[in-house]
Formats: sequence, C-alpha cells, structure tokens
Amino acid sequence: MNKKVEAQDRRILLSETVELGEKTNKGQTVTDPNVLFNEMEREASFLTGSEVIRAAIKRANLDVSVAYPITPQSEAAALIGELYAEGYVREYFRGESEFAVMGQCAGASFGGARVFTTTAGPGTLRAMENFPMWAGSRLPIQVCVTCRGINSPLSIQPDTLEMYYLLETGMLVWHAETAQDLYDWILGGFMVSEQPDVHLPLALCCDGFFVTHTKDTVMLQSDEYCIPAYDPYRSPVPCMDMECPPIRMMRDPFIMKSNYISYMTHASWQQEIHAAVERSRKHTLPIMNGSLIETENLDREILIVASGTAVSQGREAIRLLEEEEGIKVGLVKIKSIRPFPTEEIREATANAKTIFIPEFNIKGWLAREVKSILSNNERVIAGPHVAGGMTMPSEVIVDEIKKSLGVAGPRLESRG
Amino acid sequence: MSKEKIQLSEDLADIMPPEYQEMVATATFGNEDRSWKDIGTSKELIEQHSLCAGCPESIAFRFILASIPAPEDSVFVGSTGCTSLVFPHVGVQNIHSLFGNQNAIASGLQRALKLRFPDVYKDVIVLAGDGATVDIGLDMTMQSWFRQEKFTTICFDNELYANTGGQESGLMQKGFVSKMAPVGKKFEKVRLPEIAFESGCHYVACLTVSKPNRVEQVIRNAIYVSREFGPTYVQLYTPCILEIGKQSMEGLDEMKESEAIGQRFVMKEFMTDEVKEFLKEKNAEQKARKKAAKAAVTA
Repeated sequence: MNKKVEAQDRRILLSETVELGEKTNKGQTVTDPNVLFNEMEREASFLTGSEVIRAAIKRANLDVSVAYPITPQSEAAALIGELYAEGYVREYFRGESEFAVMGQCAGASFGGARVFTTTAGPGTLRAMENFPMWAGSRLPIQVCVTCRGINSPLSIQPDTLEMYYLLETGMLVWHAETAQDLYDWILGGFMVSEQPDVHLPLALCCDGFFVTHTKDTVMLQSDEYCIPAYDPYRSPVPCMDMECPPIRMMRDPFIMKSNYISYMTHASWQQEIHAAVERSRKHTLPIMNGSLIETENLDREILIVASGTAVSQGREAIRLLEEEEGIKVGLVKIKSIRPFPTEEIREATANAKTIFIPEFNIKGWLAREVKSILSNNERVIAGPHVAGGMTMPSEVIVDEIKKSLGVAGPRLESRG
Repeated sequence: MSKEKIQLSEDLADIMPPEYQEMVATATFGNEDRSWKDIGTSKELIEQHSLCAGCPESIAFRFILASIPAPEDSVFVGSTGCTSLVFPHVGVQNIHSLFGNQNAIASGLQRALKLRFPDVYKDVIVLAGDGATVDIGLDMTMQSWFRQEKFTTICFDNELYANTGGQESGLMQKGFVSKMAPVGKKFEKVRLPEIAFESGCHYVACLTVSKPNRVEQVIRNAIYVSREFGPTYVQLYTPCILEIGKQSMEGLDEMKESEAIGQRFVMKEFMTDEVKEFLKEKNAEQKARKKAAKAAVTA
C-alpha cells in the first residue's frame, strides 16, 4: 500500500471492444485517449470552471447525468443539460435531492452507463451515505465536487472541509488546482476509474467559485473528438442488465449473518476496495503527467505543500518572498489525495527543514495527512488556514512564513 | 438475456451446483405465460428463503417470481429489510444498495437499460418493505411517480418495521401498540394506494397474498402497464406473524380475515380508462395464446 509507482511509458489501457475511429450519433470521432490527451493539437479558450466542465463532458461520450441545484455547481449541472438538449449526453434529468441523485446515478451505473454528476458542500454531505455504497458496489461514477462551506450558519462560500469527509469512502479523490486540471482530469478520470482493476467512483474536487466562477485559459482539443464509450462488461462485478446468468450460488447468504466468516467476508471486501484505490496509481500517471505530485525547487529548506487553489496562492507567495525578502521557498502540489502520494511526498520533502501547508478549511486536514506520513513531522506547520469563504491572499502565506522565520513584517497590519 | 445464456459449459458442468443444473433444465425463463401454477413442477426462481417459518412474505416472493412475465429480462431493486435476506437466493439479478433509495436506483437503472437496450423490454421491479417505501423512501417513491418513471413498485406491507424488531411504521394501523408506539400509533395508516394513483401511477392494486391467482394477475398487469404507460404500484399485505403474535400456520388466516368485507385489505385496484382498455386487450391476447398452446398439446 502507498507505494510509489514509476511512470515509465505507461499508457491508458482500452477495452478490446472499443472501435476507434467510429462516429457517435453527433458525428464525433471516437479517439484513443492516449492520442486525444497527449498528441492532439489544442487551442486556447478563456472559460469559467463551469464552462470547462461542459467542455470536458462534451468530449466524454457520456450516457447519463443527473442534476440538482446547489451553489456553486448549479451552472455546470445546467450546462450539461444543454449538452443533453443538443444530443451529446444521452440521458439527463433533475433529481429531488443529492441523496436521491446519487442513488439515481448508482442505478444508471448498475445498468451499465457512464455517469457524471456534480455536487457541493451540504449536497456532498446529504449524499454521503451513497459514496461508500458506490465504492463497495464498484460503480465508476464521477462526481465533480465544487467545494463550499458545510458549516452552520449557512455559507455558500468556498471551503474544502467536505473533502475530509470523502477521504475514506473508498472513492478516488483528486483535487484540481486550475480549470485546466479540471478539464483534463474529468476526461482522464473516466479512463482511470473504469479500469477493471480499479472500477471505483471518482470524486473530482475543485474549489468552488475560485475555479467554477473565474475565467481561466484552458487548452482544449477540437470537440469533433471524444473518448471511447464505457464498456460495462469490463466491470469486475456483473452489470445488472440480466445479460449474464444470475447465479444463485449461495446456499446460505452469509453476508447478512452474524458470524466470523461473514465479518471476514466484509473485511476482505473493504480491503479489496482500498487495494483497488491503490491500484489506480499506475493508471493515473498518464493522466497526471507522470506523477501524483508536481514539484518546484525541492532543494530549498522551506517548502509549501498544498492542493487545489492553495497551490496557486502558494506559488504567488513564493514569488513575493523571493522578490521582496530574498527568501527562497520550494513547492509541492498534491494532485491526488486518494490514493495518497505517500512516497512521493516523503521524497520531495526529504531535504526540507520547514513545511508550510496552506489550506482553505478550519481543521487543516491536508496537514494531518502529511504529518501522518513524515518522520520529523514537527517540520510541518499546519497553516495558514482560512475558512468560511475567506480568501487567502498570498500575503497571508508570506506573513506566516516570515513569522515562523522570525522576520517581522508590517504587511498584514498595513492592509487596514 | 436469452435462455442460451444460462446454459452450462460442458467442461464445467460437473462442478456446477445442483441448483444451477436445475435452473438450466427446468426454470421457466422465456415463457411469457409462466404462472404460479408452475410452482412444484418447474424450477422456481427462488431457491430457499431465510425468513421465519410460515412468513407470508416468503409465499409472496414465490408468487411474484413465478408471475413476472420476463424474468430473463427483469432486474429487481430491493431495499434493506427482511426482503434483502431473500434476494441472495433468487435467480434474477437484484440490486440492494441502501435503505429507502430503491426508487431512485430504479429510476437510473431503468433509464440506463432503455438507452442500452432500446428494442427490449427490460423490466425494472422495485420490491421493498413499507418502511422503505412509505417512510424513509417516500420522497423518492413519489418523485419517481411524478417523473413518470417506467417501472413497477411493489411494497410488502407488513404494517411495521419487521427486520429491526417490530417498530411503528407509517402503514401501521392507528392504535396498534408496538415498539416506538408505546401508547399506540396516533395517526391513521397512510393511504398510499390512493396517493399513488393521485401521484401519477397508471395502475395501482392493494391486496393480500392469500389468493395466488389475484397476485399473479396484478403483478402482470403492473409490469405490462409500466412498460407502456409509466409508473405502477402494488401493495401486498404480508403480515409479520412474529411481531403481531401469530403462529407459523396462522399467516393465511390473518390475510383472509383482513381482506373480508369491511376490513382494511379488501382488494382495491385503480387504473385509468386507457389502462383498463389496454389490459382487456392484453388479457384477451394471453387467453388466446394459452388456448392455442393447449390445442397444440392435445392435437
């Protein structure tokens, strides 16, 4: 578990029944994702995160999407509806709550469809019972989580605390920093989670508003191409379409009994789910440029380790520190939270004396995760934190680092 | 699924369990006129059950599985409860995911199967207890009807939470004393059949399972109507003999008493005029088919 996998020349593996070059009903050409993702020419577009989700789904050969309004994902969910109206998505409807929506997604996935949905904050928590069920049932559904506050009093603002709740559901959990990550990983995510030895749901998280509602330059391939369709017969468990025999093999359905064998069966099934999460590493490498992390200047004694838009803020803080104070800081961007890049982070932080982990949540769950895998983890400074929708100006990170180095600065006070 | 798909591989035939061998040899897959009368002479699609001895739910299971017109293309969606103990013994694919989300699962499933098999009737059939259907899952039950999802919902109404030990449920009778209703239930039994019809179900039936002919007819009606028109609902009284203090052999009497004139389970059926006409034709077709089959045998 938690072993690093080398990138080598890993490629995305495809179903043998896929007919590359075939045209979809909308005239899109079904394309080898290795070619589509890595070789095909791209053009720059200037889009919001919600529009980027639409752009990715247009090329995703999607069967079913179920929608429900909650800020900040409502626009994306409605844009997928437009794709349905245009014929790019084969089935689409509005469910009645996130709990129901995730059940409807599960039903469609049980029936052999490729399924995508979006949710956020309280919606994620209302849907929560479904997520371990999805994983336990080996349903490769993709849910884009546009993180927002889950606290009371009500907040609709960005906050990543909900991701903490997702970590042990048995889902893959990725954290996009930019609109480009979001675009590439939506398409790549289907390819990873639908692998027979993975076949698990993916929670593709991004920071609400910061990613969904801001415009960014995104490199897109032509929409005349799309990824191959989902092949439900590559599933490691039977597709529920009555196209294979319903073998009643058990004389006594032990899974519902109270005895040791029953407990052990459940335990080994849970182990298998989490082993499948680990097995996703090798398939994820071609999607994430060869590593679950991205690094800059690891020779420096101070590092910022972060995920999501905290990475962008960290990057800017590093520039400010170097230009204004001459303090040199390196960066580790964590792309996948489950599986967790344990070895990669250990290697990347081997020379660091101080590690700062800026986060958009009150508890600092990423710092806990990192502390739990490092020796000398007193090096890890869990912060700065903002929460409840606060922005995290790069200056806040700069001040945190300067404070810990004993370099006083008037920056924050001077902001009034 | 065609019947060929359950055939045995010659190389593996000797290690396949006897139940499977029997299923290949004598199960009634592919026979549209299969009936509860096949019970005892052909392989049943329910092997055994792990319910209490004499549980009316177990006989309801047998009647339903013998009555569905196309088991080879039917998928059941269950919920948590006594029924989820039985499904692992059943020769039809079934999904048990969470407690109360059965009609949400069925909505997604039916739509996905329609996409993937546009020319085949893949019957999706929900089978859940009254707690799942009327209490925790009522939202999803009714929303699937509002949305006109094309599948059948069957509720095993035993008027309480049986699997957790006999707690009050929405379908329990007013005044009944149970766990969580220590001084008697304070409100009326929810009138779900009427609510179902108002909510858009095209065919609704409420009855006990004392008469297999009736059960067979309503199940077939519900499934045929769901294929053509939209949602259908069947509520079957399957008393929990354990929790109402009856003996194993008293389930049938309990059902007969409760369906007598003036009692709460007098059979009721609601359907639109369109559906009435459709079922008349469907039944005439079935009769003609059976007559022809009989003539062929005697000729």
